[in-house]
Amino acid sequence: MINRLVLENFKHRPVRTLLTALAIGIQVTLILTLVGLSFGMLNDIAKRTEGTGADLVVLPPDASIIGFSQTMAEGIVSKVRELPHVALATGILMQPIGGINYITGIHLNEFTQMSGGFEYLAGGPFQQPDDMIVDEVYARGAKIHVGDTVNLGKPWHVCGIVVPGKLSRTFAELKTVQERYSATGQISRIYVKADNPANIPAIQSELQQKLPTYGVYRMEELVSLMSVNNVPMLRQFTDVIIGVGLVIGFLVVFLSLYTAVLERTREIGILKALGAGPGYILDILMRETILLSVFGTITGILMSYGVRALLSAFVPSFTMEIVYSWWPFAAILAAIGSLIGAIYPGLKAARQDAIEALSYD
Amino acid sequence: MIEIRDLKKTYHVGDVDVHALRGVNLSVERGEFLCVAGPSGSGKSTLFHILGGLTPPTSGEIRIEGRDLLKMTDAERTNLRKTTVGFVFQKYNLLPTLTAQENIDIARDIAGRRQADPHFSEVLSLLGIAGRLRHKPRALSGGEQQRVAIARAIVNRPALLLADEPTGNLDSENSRIVLDLLRRLNHEFHQTILMITHDPEAAAYGDRIVRMKDGRIY
Ligand SMILES: Nc1ncnc2c1ncn2[C@@H]1O[C@H](COP(=O)(O)OP(=O)(O)O)[C@@H](O)[C@H]1O
Ligand SMILES: [Mg+2]
Repeated sequence: MINRLVLENFKHRPVRTLLTALAIGIQVTLILTLVGLSFGMLNDIAKRTEGTGADLVVLPPDASIIGFSQTMAEGIVSKVRELPHVALATGILMQPIGGINYITGIHLNEFTQMSGGFEYLAGGPFQQPDDMIVDEVYARGAKIHVGDTVNLGKPWHVCGIVVPGKLSRTFAELKTVQERYSATGQISRIYVKADNPANIPAIQSELQQKLPTYGVYRMEELVSLMSVNNVPMLRQFTDVIIGVGLVIGFLVVFLSLYTAVLERTREIGILKALGAGPGYILDILMRETILLSVFGTITGILMSYGVRALLSAFVPSFTMEIVYSWWPFAAILAAIGSLIGAIYPGLKAARQDAIEALSYD
Repeated sequence: MIEIRDLKKTYHVGDVDVHALRGVNLSVERGEFLCVAGPSGSGKSTLFHILGGLTPPTSGEIRIEGRDLLKMTDAERTNLRKTTVGFVFQKYNLLPTLTAQENIDIARDIAGRRQADPHFSEVLSLLGIAGRLRHKPRALSGGEQQRVAIARAIVNRPALLLADEPTGNLDSENSRIVLDLLRRLNHEFHQTILMITHDPEAAAYGDRIVRMKDGRIY
């Protein structure tokens, strides 16, 4: 019977009900989008790192797992190459070009040997020093074709478009990148391939001895470290968004229920005259709140699919995943924010004087 | 069944004390149909609100079926409304979002009863609203709404039915129907009824009339 009353209350004010659910949905989408982007981007970076075909990675001292602000001398590559059991070693330079994108300087031959080579959708390998290869995702996002000139601080001439999945989305000759961005002789990573997988641990300990301050990771180690908790600020940023979401949920439900309680002063008085105690009145409002947060969560989940579709259509380099494991958490957050928002209106309704309410017009 | 001695009620409105009841004495027998008359502001509604457990008395003695209302806690007064009294108001006070049937059902739900007792269907046929139960209040005439309100007030078989100017908003035709109903409830089901009314014709439906003035009964 209470459920009937709750439903009728919703139907009585459909716009308020929908807007409240929508606002709670935005809270949920906000969280799911951020989490989906964190997971999606990190997984994407991890997959592309694996796409290099390397067995080991050497990072400069103090470099973070996914950051590229630290560099090391290119000369180290030849020392690495001389170690026993090392089949291939190649250095690359990741140069930030705004947003989440980097132009990656590579030795095309070495990189081809290690990764198995690019699969060209259009155009072909570098011909001129200022040639650039981009992957299909980048090309689609920036609406680039072979033959175009792209300005990334410096003009680059697009010579080829390749299938994504190999380290970066934009490539140029290492030497040109070093010269153009004043990093002569500098590289950000060394990728190493063993002559036989069985020798990987031996190479790792050898490298660790020779380069004690450097980061030396096996590929699966590096990939497993690419999680939200290991990315500086991302964890905190997620917490902030969760906090903002809670406040939104709280405010929206507070206002919505507060106006509902004011509007239903007389009805609450009637229920009290019929013998409803504070518990009965609270029960009605709590059910409304829980139902609103359930509607809101469902709306939010649906909207997160919408956000993903929009991103992949307009900003394809932002890879967003639908992270199912966060749905219950987002639902609980929506419920908590809403229930906190319901406390004050609920108490106001429960305490309301029946006689005053009945004489209220 | 009702014993009231020197009952006083004072409302505090800001710094001002409003003496709504200044010493009421009254006893009502089980099965009685008592009418309460008197000018506006004389304390009639206040007396009903106290009898119905909507507000606590200030001092004096007041018992319904032996239960002392002066000592009741909020929860006990809630329970009194649930089980012992039913209200009918001048403005019907049906819940606008529910149908007539649901308005009756919710009173039963609040009282924690699951299903209608067989006696109640007799009462419903007496009230003549059986065909109107699926409608919402705004689709009902005033007279129909008041009959639904009466059904709702007695669905839990309260010992006492309190009607505060139940015909105040009705035309004479509908007033007569409602008053007839109250009289039949009283005669055929021995429902104890207290009714406030300004109208001498309406007051004649009761077994007895008491008059209030300045917070006292004369
Ligand atoms: N909730 C209240 N707060 C303050 N004063 C009230 C309240 N209810 C009634 N009164 C006052 O008590 C007096 C009696 O009112 P009431 O019982 O409604 O009289 P009646 O029903 O006979 O017209 C009036 O002076 C009224 O203003
Ligand atoms: Mg009155």
